[in-house]
Amino acid sequence: MLFLFWENIILALNGLRSNIMRTLLTMLGIIIGIASVIAIMTVGDSINGTVTSSMESIGANNITVSVSRVESEDEEITSTGRNFGSFSRNASMSDDDYITDEMIAEFRSEYTDSIQGIFLSESVGSGTAEDGDLSSSVTITGVNSDYLENEELTIVAGRTFTDRDQEESRKVVFVADDLVDTMFGGQYFDAIGEVIDVFIKNRYYQYTIIGVYEYEESSSIAATSDSTELPTTVYLPLYAAREETRSTTGFSSFTVATATGVDSTEFCDTIEAFFNNNYYRNNEDFEISTSSMESMLSSLTEMVSTISMAIAVIAGISLLVGGIGVMNIMLVSITERTREIGTRKALGATNSSIRTQFIVESIVICIIGGIIGILLGIGIAAIATNVLGFAVQPSINGIILSVTFSVFIGVFFGYYPANKAAKLNPIEALRYE
Amino acid sequence: METTSMIHLDNIVKRFYEHQENELEILHGISLDINEGEFVSIVGESGSGKTTLMNIIGILDRPTEGTYILDGISIADAKDKELSHIRNQKIGFVFQTYNLISRTTALKNVELPMLYAGVPQKERRERAEHFLEMVGMKDRMTHKPDELSGGQKQRVAIARALSNNPSIILADEPTGALDSETGRTIMDIFHKLNYEQGKTIVLITHSKELAEETGRIVTIQDGRIVSERVK
Repeated sequence: MLFLFWENIILALNGLRSNIMRTLLTMLGIIIGIASVIAIMTVGDSINGTVTSSMESIGANNITVSVSRVESEDEEITSTGRNFGSFSRNASMSDDDYITDEMIAEFRSEYTDSIQGIFLSESVGSGTAEDGDLSSSVTITGVNSDYLENEELTIVAGRTFTDRDQEESRKVVFVADDLVDTMFGGQYFDAIGEVIDVFIKNRYYQYTIIGVYEYEESSSIAATSDSTELPTTVYLPLYAAREETRSTTGFSSFTVATATGVDSTEFCDTIEAFFNNNYYRNNEDFEISTSSMESMLSSLTEMVSTISMAIAVIAGISLLVGGIGVMNIMLVSITERTREIGTRKALGATNSSIRTQFIVESIVICIIGGIIGILLGIGIAAIATNVLGFAVQPSINGIILSVTFSVFIGVFFGYYPANKAAKLNPIEALRYE
Repeated sequence: METTSMIHLDNIVKRFYEHQENELEILHGISLDINEGEFVSIVGESGSGKTTLMNIIGILDRPTEGTYILDGISIADAKDKELSHIRNQKIGFVFQTYNLISRTTALKNVELPMLYAGVPQKERRERAEHFLEMVGMKDRMTHKPDELSGGQKQRVAIARALSNNPSIILADEPTGALDSETGRTIMDIFHKLNYEQGKTIVLITHSKELAEETGRIVTIQDGRIVSERVK
C-alpha cells in the first residue's frame, strides 16, 4: 500500500495547491507555534553553548569572594542577589570593612585541603612602556604567586617571582615576549635585567625585567577587538603594586580556586559562613558574599530555561489552536468533497483508504506548516543571536521534535475528520449536492 | 435456480427505517437474472424504486432480505471491505453527473479504480491510455474535467468504468444531463462495448426511447417488476 500512500501525498499537494490562501491561513497556527519553539530552542542553545564554553575557559571552579553591602530587610531580593550583590560594593566602605591579609591567611590555613589557590591582584593601570621612539601598550597588574601560577604561563627567559620578591615588594616585572619583541628586538635573554620605563597617567614607573613569558591571545578578547592594539600584561609582585597605588586598606575581593573534588557551590556557603561569623558578625553595613562560575552558570541556565518554558507554553497553545484550525479546515474540505468521497467509494475505495487519504492530507498540511515554521524560527533565532552577539547553533533536537510534533498534530487533529469521511454512506455521499 | 447468470437477484426486499414507526418498504421482492453479454435496461418513473435497485445491484447498499449473487459471489454475507473490493473489480459505474474528480486530469481519473486495485503505476497509465483511446479521449487526457464538455466528461467516465475490466457496467441515466446529439454518441459507445466486446451493461433510465435500444427492458413500478420484455 506504499504507492497508495505516495499517491495520497501527491493528491494532497494538488488539493492544497488549488487553495493556497486557505491552506496558508490554516497553517498559520502551526507555523507560529513551530517557529517560536525553534526560535527559542535555537536562541537558548546558542546562549548556553557560547556562555558555557567561555565561562569554562575562565574556570568553573573559581569562586569570587567579595565584600558587599548588607541587604536591608525591605529590599529583600531573590537568591540570585547573592551572586550579583557584589556589584553594589564600594558604597562608602571604611578601612575596617576590607578583607585583611590576616583573614586570608587564617582562611587559607583553616581550609588548606579544599583550596587549590587564592588569587589576589592589584591593578596599577594601563599605559605604555617607552624607550626613545619605541613604545608598547601594557597593563600593570600586581599579583600573588597563586595568581601567577594559575595563569599557566610559559616562561621564555628568566624566572617568575620568588617568595623574597613578593615579601620585599621588589620592583621587578615579568613581561610578555611581544613586549620584548617591540622594545628589545626579540632578544629575550638580553632583556633580563634591563629596566623599562612605563608611563601611566602622567607618571613614570621603572621596573627591572626578571622574566619573559609567552604571550597568548585570550580567545574571548581576540574575538572582540583588533589584536595588534591589545596591551600585554606586565606582572608585578602584589605588594609592589599596592605600594604604587598607595593601598593601605585590605582587599575588597579575591578569588579562590577550589581543589579538585570540592563542590564549589557548597564551598561558597562555607566561605561566607567563615568570614561572616568570624569577622563580619558585628558589621552592620557589609558582609562577605561569594559567587562561583558554577552558580552563575546554573542561574543563567535556569533563567534561559524559565524563558524557554514560558515560550513553550505559548507555542503549545499556538499549536493547539493551529491543530484545531487544521481539523476545522479538514471538516470543511470533507464536506465540500462529499461527492468525491462517494465516487471514490463507488470505484472501490475502502473505508481505510479514504481515512488514509485525509489523514495524509492533514499530515501534509502540518508538515509543510512545520517546515515553514522551522525555517522562520531559525531565521528569527539567527537575527536574535546576532543582535545578542552569539554564534547561531540551530537546535537539531528542536527540528526533530518539531517535525515529529507536526506529524503528531496532523494525525491527531486529522483523524476525526478523516474517520468521518471514511464512514460516509456512499449512496448519500453520491447524492450530496 | 442454479445459475450461470452474471447477476442473480432472488426475492430482494429493501426496507428503510426498519423496526421504526416510519418503516418504509421500497422493494417488495424483486427477482431478476441478467446473463453475461446482455444489454438490459431498467425503466421506471421516479419513486418506482429503480434507484434503490440500482444501488443494490451496484453493491452500494445491501438488501434487507433476499439473495444477490454477482458473478458467482454471494453479496449478503460479505464484509464492507470485501464489498469495496467487489465494487472495484466487478462493477463499472457511469453516473448521470459524471462524478469525475475535478482536481485531477482525465488520465488520473481513469487510473483511480486501478489505484485502489493496486495496479502498478506503469500498467495503470498504459491501461488508462488504452481505454481513453477507445472512447476517443486520448488527445485530451491531460485536461482536467473543468476543461471538458459534458459529453467528453461522460466518455472519460466510461473509460474509468472500464479500467478494471469489470463484469458489468452499471449506467445510471448516463445521457440524462446531455443534449440528444451528445447522448446519442454515448449510447453508441455502450452499443459498441456490448456488441464488439460482449460487455454486460445495465442501463437505468426513465426514458422509454433509450430503453427501446436495449436487448431487454425491465419495467419497475412501486417496487415490483411489472413487465419484462426481450426484443
